Amino acid sequence: MSYPISLTVNGLRRDVTLEDARVTLLDLLRERLALPGTKKGCDRGQCGACTVLIDGRRINSCLTLAVTLDGAEVITIEGLANGDMLHPVQAAFVEQDGFQCGYCTPGQIMSAVGLIAEGHAGTDPERIREGMSGNLCRCAAYHGITRAVSDATRRMAEDKTKASA
Amino acid sequence: MNLFDYIRPTSVSDAIAAWQPGAAYLGGGTNLVDLMKTGALRPGTVIDITRLPGVDRIETLPNGSTRIGTLVRNSDLAHDPDFAMAFPMVAEALASGASGQLRNAATLGGNLLQRTRCAYFQDPHSACNRRFPGAGCDARNGDSDNHAILGWSDACTATNPSDLCVPLMALDAVVETQGPQGKRDIALADFHHLPGAAPHQETALEPGELILAIRLPANATASRHNSRYLKVRERTSFAFALVSAAAALQLENGRISAACLALGGVAAKPWRVPAAEKLMLGQIPGADLFRRAAEVALEGAVPSGDNGFKIDLARRTAARALALAAAGTPAQMPALPASVFGESAHV
Repeated sequence: MSYPISLTVNGLRRDVTLEDARVTLLDLLRERLALPGTKKGCDRGQCGACTVLIDGRRINSCLTLAVTLDGAEVITIEGLANGDMLHPVQAAFVEQDGFQCGYCTPGQIMSAVGLIAEGHAGTDPERIREGMSGNLCRCAAYHGITRAVSDATRRMAEDKTKASA
Repeated sequence: MNLFDYIRPTSVSDAIAAWQPGAAYLGGGTNLVDLMKTGALRPGTVIDITRLPGVDRIETLPNGSTRIGTLVRNSDLAHDPDFAMAFPMVAEALASGASGQLRNAATLGGNLLQRTRCAYFQDPHSACNRRFPGAGCDARNGDSDNHAILGWSDACTATNPSDLCVPLMALDAVVETQGPQGKRDIALADFHHLPGAAPHQETALEPGELILAIRLPANATASRHNSRYLKVRERTSFAFALVSAAAALQLENGRISAACLALGGVAAKPWRVPAAEKLMLGQIPGADLFRRAAEVALEGAVPSGDNGFKIDLARRTAARALALAAAGTPAQMPALPASVFGESAHV
């Protein structure tokens, strides 16, 4: 049985026919839609490397069956920057040395974007670490990641204030 | 993962009509899809219930009780300001479970139905009476340090992993369901079964029966100023409980007028002992009293393997949760929810 679905990925409408309901969003992005920025780590919801936003909320794409997402809006790491202009979270990860090998970084950044939108952590390092605990970094760049999330939170709040002034 | 048919009904009655032996209802998928990947679960049909109407709301009913729809996501419930104020230990338990990503996906109904973390249940190549009746139990001669100390049987020593269910049990929650036979209410206390000789019969749900909502009684908010959830785990965040405790008190003129205590991580269901609550009534809160209540709560506890440490750990966790509750609900969610570390964990 095949399953036609239509979803928006990074602002583009994508119509896909799934031959098999087992396809996860992670595999759909990487294997069918040529978006390999989202990484496969554990493939079981434990490492966070596959984090993307669905309808604005961060989730593990490895545990999400693509067939359930008809009509959904997905943002991946490829959809964050505006041309050559990095998203504030991306820029903060570069400035604060929030990675080493880089494999977990797309998931870390998408998780941070989700966390900041949720608005419960602010710039408190303890709350940021707790809020980012679904993303493992085996290079242990956690110190830089925490600083990057805190910096980006501050910068995005300032930008918002300026925009509304 | 096995091949399966996928259907997405648009009404509760269509979902129930679509159910057949071997089918599974899909909510957030954080547990079901994971277990389908390991091969521990192999449903022939997956019925996606995430678009069902009318079961994704938090509402106050005319009689003052609170009704939470089965599709409400863990994160939305934990951070709903009115809910968190009325039921702070439920919010704290939710915020202490899993990760931000998983809490955004996981649903209330799915949380009640999440399967044990026993490694032998999750591994389809191991013997497990829960997964395959009569197969035997590899946990009995295997890694058993996180298994049950209460209510276990020779057939199964697995624990229920839910944080949410522990405070819900303490607050007399009721599960609303609908199945082929119609609608009914099941007390959460009767919802999860102890293993006995039939550990595969995990809950009171009949085949095809669907959880619609959880209800908390109006008087469950009375302890909101003195309630805590405390969870001891192998790391501070994103870990299941070794043991946990939900404690809620009502204080009048310096004495305890009502007490609720439930334990997690110790049995196949959240554990509640009325005698432990009763002995605190009319008493002045204090360390000795809470130690005695914890003793009674753990009466009958027996190791099921290399887990004798959990008995004393559970006693201490219960006593400390009661002391934290007596000290008062924190004004805001602790930075490390339900943790033994951090500012809010000291009494």
